[in-house]
Amino acid sequence: MGKVYVITSGKGGVGKTTTTANLGVGLAKKGSSVVLMDADIGLRNLDVILGLENRIVYNSMDVMMGTCRLKQALIKDKRYDKLFLLPASQTNDKMDVSPEMMTKLVAELKEKFDYVLIDCPAGIEQGFKNAIVGADEALIITTPEISSIRDADRVIGLLAASEMGEIKLIVNRIKMKLVNEGNMLHMDDIVDILGLDIVGVIPDDEEIVISTNKGEPVSVKAMSPSGKAYMNIAGRISGEDIPFLNIDEKISLASKFKNFFSR
Amino acid sequence: MFEKLFGKKKSSEVAKDRLKLVLIHDRRLISNTVLNQMKDELIQVISKYIKIEQEEINIQFDVETENRNRGALIVNVPLKNILKKKKMI
Repeated sequence: MGKVYVITSGKGGVGKTTTTANLGVGLAKKGSSVVLMDADIGLRNLDVILGLENRIVYNSMDVMMGTCRLKQALIKDKRYDKLFLLPASQTNDKMDVSPEMMTKLVAELKEKFDYVLIDCPAGIEQGFKNAIVGADEALIITTPEISSIRDADRVIGLLAASEMGEIKLIVNRIKMKLVNEGNMLHMDDIVDILGLDIVGVIPDDEEIVISTNKGEPVSVKAMSPSGKAYMNIAGRISGEDIPFLNIDEKISLASKFKNFFSR
Repeated sequence: MFEKLFGKKKSSEVAKDRLKLVLIHDRRLISNTVLNQMKDELIQVISKYIKIEQEEINIQFDVETENRNRGALIVNVPLKNILKKKKMI
């Protein structure tokens, strides 16, 4: 019996899909079987982030409607044998799915995989409700901006009311230079304000743009700061005791070296 | 005055303060309209038994940051002419 995580944020564009893809890769690299389910019906993107868009034949809607079997809709990743994608329908509407249909599908996935990661759509409407219904735990993604933190707080309230298990926080796109100058909220402040435990901090990283262009998540090679951060989160999720890197020092040291050599 | 002495407040501090205020409002479970309605009814009920300063009654929600399932409805009802009453007793 696996564990089901929903990756959600409230606000759009904060990195839900990228995080889902990278944690999936991270957990698969650590030897677990993982299925990534795109719950953003009508606006799917997890397929392109993973570079699997050309392999889609069936989707989760087909499975829920009984048009095909689950096995036929699951797409095996080209890099990892134990990583699978269950794509969303692009031609349906979020209203076409009911919480009951989702619960049933997620229960089936949970039996077959160690981890089920659900990529939640933005917003707090039907799509959100469908995405969280079968989840055991939730990962909240926020950036260090007021708008994103506020929306995260709304979502946390809704999740608490729906009796979600553990809810944990991931802070994305931190720029330590700005934080140190006092021009970006510190992750500790965000943790304080939202009152959640944090599982990871991901530095703002240009490598994400390149990896998205290629359809290869940063955690595949895990050479970049964001790739390493995602691998650390995957480790913590699978129960490893990984200390939080002091991003402050690491980045300032690295940039000092850079500055020294580029003189 | 303070700000002039120590330079401008950092923008992250400004963000933090604004965010805290916004969240106090967001975390309230009911709208202003309903809150006022409740206030009016409370005034009616309490006034049946004791004299209160109707204008100064204050109702607020307080939701705990650490545990959102816990919170309190805080109602502050100032009494009218307490001294007078004491004398009567």
